[in-house]
Amino acid sequence: MPDQNTDPADDPMGTEVHSAFATPTPNLASMESEQLIEKEQLGADGPELEIGREREKARSLWQDAWRDLRGNWIFWVSSLVILFLLVVAIAPGLFTSTSPLACNLSNSLQGGSAAHPFGTDNQGCDIYSRTIHGARASITVGVFATLGSVVVGAVLGGLAGFFGGWWDAILSRITDIFFGIPLLLGAMVFLTAINSHSVWIVVAFLVILGWPQIARIARGSVITAKQQDYVTAARALGAGNSRLMLRHILPNAVAPIIVVGTIALGSYISLEATLSFLGVGLAPPTVSWGIDLSNAVQVFRNAPNTLFYPAAALSITVLAFIMLGDAVREALDPKLR
Amino acid sequence: MSTASSARSTTADSAEAPLLQVRDLHVEFRTREGVARAVNGVNYSVRAGETLAILGESGSGKSVSSQAVMGILDSPPGFITGGEIIFKGQNLLTVGREERRKIRGAQMAMVFQDALSALNPVLTVGYQLGEMYRTHKGTSRKDAKAKAVELMERVGIPGARERVTQYPHQFSGGMRQRVMIAMALALEPDLIIADEPTTALDVTVQAQVMELLADLQREYNMGLILITHDLGVVADVADKIAVMYAGRIVETAPVHELYARPSHPYTKGLLASIPRLDQKGQDLYAIKGLPPNLLHIPSGCAFNPRCPMAQEICRAEIPPLHAVTEEDGSELVGRGSACHFWKETLHG
Repeated sequence: MPDQNTDPADDPMGTEVHSAFATPTPNLASMESEQLIEKEQLGADGPELEIGREREKARSLWQDAWRDLRGNWIFWVSSLVILFLLVVAIAPGLFTSTSPLACNLSNSLQGGSAAHPFGTDNQGCDIYSRTIHGARASITVGVFATLGSVVVGAVLGGLAGFFGGWWDAILSRITDIFFGIPLLLGAMVFLTAINSHSVWIVVAFLVILGWPQIARIARGSVITAKQQDYVTAARALGAGNSRLMLRHILPNAVAPIIVVGTIALGSYISLEATLSFLGVGLAPPTVSWGIDLSNAVQVFRNAPNTLFYPAAALSITVLAFIMLGDAVREALDPKLR
Repeated sequence: MSTASSARSTTADSAEAPLLQVRDLHVEFRTREGVARAVNGVNYSVRAGETLAILGESGSGKSVSSQAVMGILDSPPGFITGGEIIFKGQNLLTVGREERRKIRGAQMAMVFQDALSALNPVLTVGYQLGEMYRTHKGTSRKDAKAKAVELMERVGIPGARERVTQYPHQFSGGMRQRVMIAMALALEPDLIIADEPTTALDVTVQAQVMELLADLQREYNMGLILITHDLGVVADVADKIAVMYAGRIVETAPVHELYARPSHPYTKGLLASIPRLDQKGQDLYAIKGLPPNLLHIPSGCAFNPRCPMAQEICRAEIPPLHAVTEEDGSELVGRGSACHFWKETLHG
């Protein structure tokens, strides 16, 4: 504290012992020494600068994360790609006027042309149009399967973590059982038994197999948050269970769930493609990249474009979500900062 | 301070009914390795306006007993297996869960050791202060904020109006502890339990925070239980001290008497191990050995393996808390020692 000792004589509070810390600045002099120590620790030169700095510093975990994300090019690239994909999924008509289902067998397996920029598949369908229209199925499945499994998983896992005991033991065993189900085998059995190829059935299946993973993460992070002193403190000051959960635990436990959810979104999309490829997921007339890939298998050696475009679209989509998940994880994990 | 409160405690009604009375409290933790008996028959009482310091090293049961009083013991693994906690004439151990929650914060409150971890990092300080009014009194969000500013001013946080919207990490250690104290104080409870309130602070700030606590206690005539392992912190503020070891109270005494004439070898050892300026250059005394493992508390007096005065009887018999008297037999008010050889320790 060298600057504080320069001229203690100017100190209007010089009679008091603790004002030895006070700087001669008039508006600081009325404050308590402790505040001044604190100001000094922040490295302030004067009050005006200090106010500005504190305002800049006024941020929570989320504001911190946002600052971090803002400076991360991966975040911007993946967000732009995802935004574009969302637009494509919502309004494919903006990008193509050709119907993905208007197929003419006489046009089968053509190369790129003005009418069909990506060429046509063996059914004579326009690959460009099918690639554009395929985004909707993938995004729908990805987004809703993620929402569903996050909501179910977070609620069940969170309650298990919070209450512990019986509920926790039962839930943990259930998640263990689900972990034991091989995904593809489970999918084949389940979806064949249901014998429906609607998007919502596929979403439901992904939620059923996906929630235990989220539940496990949610349980762990709720247990961690629950053991924090501030939860004990809130309890000691009379907060009830619902307040503890919603106000004190949830905001502190939600970060890992968001991270896993974002990354899971990408894997759900590729799972949907896999299932559709195997013929147990979506089925025509639904347009899906997985179906296109499946159709391309027989002909791609002669017409690689039939495989390339839907595969590229799928890869870019999955990559974008996984990159976003990665960026969010980095921003929300203080240890990586 | 001690004279003021002893004068107060002689007034009839407060002398008859202590604010808080803990009787023969037992707490154990059931773990996979076995049962850890953290508190083994603890008795103490606190009157309004009185400060009781509970002194002990880690694992002595001082924090656990106060958590039991607050009703925030983690259960499982912690279980209260016996005793009574009588607060304002009501045994808290028989009170319903919801009733108990309403008592917490409103009638008894707690100040935690590390305010940084005891304040929620994602909520503003103002929100957390206001929460006290909102949970207990249903105050509106806006009024709660105004109350929060008032409280922050009350505990001497400068610029409260601006700082009310800041987050805990933007406060210094001392200011954070003031926020903690403000939270505990919000609903003007009758009893405050402060669990090592100054341990995480700089020495210069420690004194200010202790002073603030003592001032507020005087102003609101609250009972204060000060849990600490720091003998220095206790001396100025406490009226009486209870020294805990392995889940038992081994010595109780008015604060200055304890410092002047300890009657238990453990207390004596603690006092001897405080560094003093006049001993410069000499080796610092340390109590030999380690604190006992609560899963395997030594038989007899738990302190016997570390005690310089230990005899055969110490390994065989658990000493009760003897009333301590002068050599001529005259009673020393408020003094007790759980040592078979308290006479030798005190007078010898």
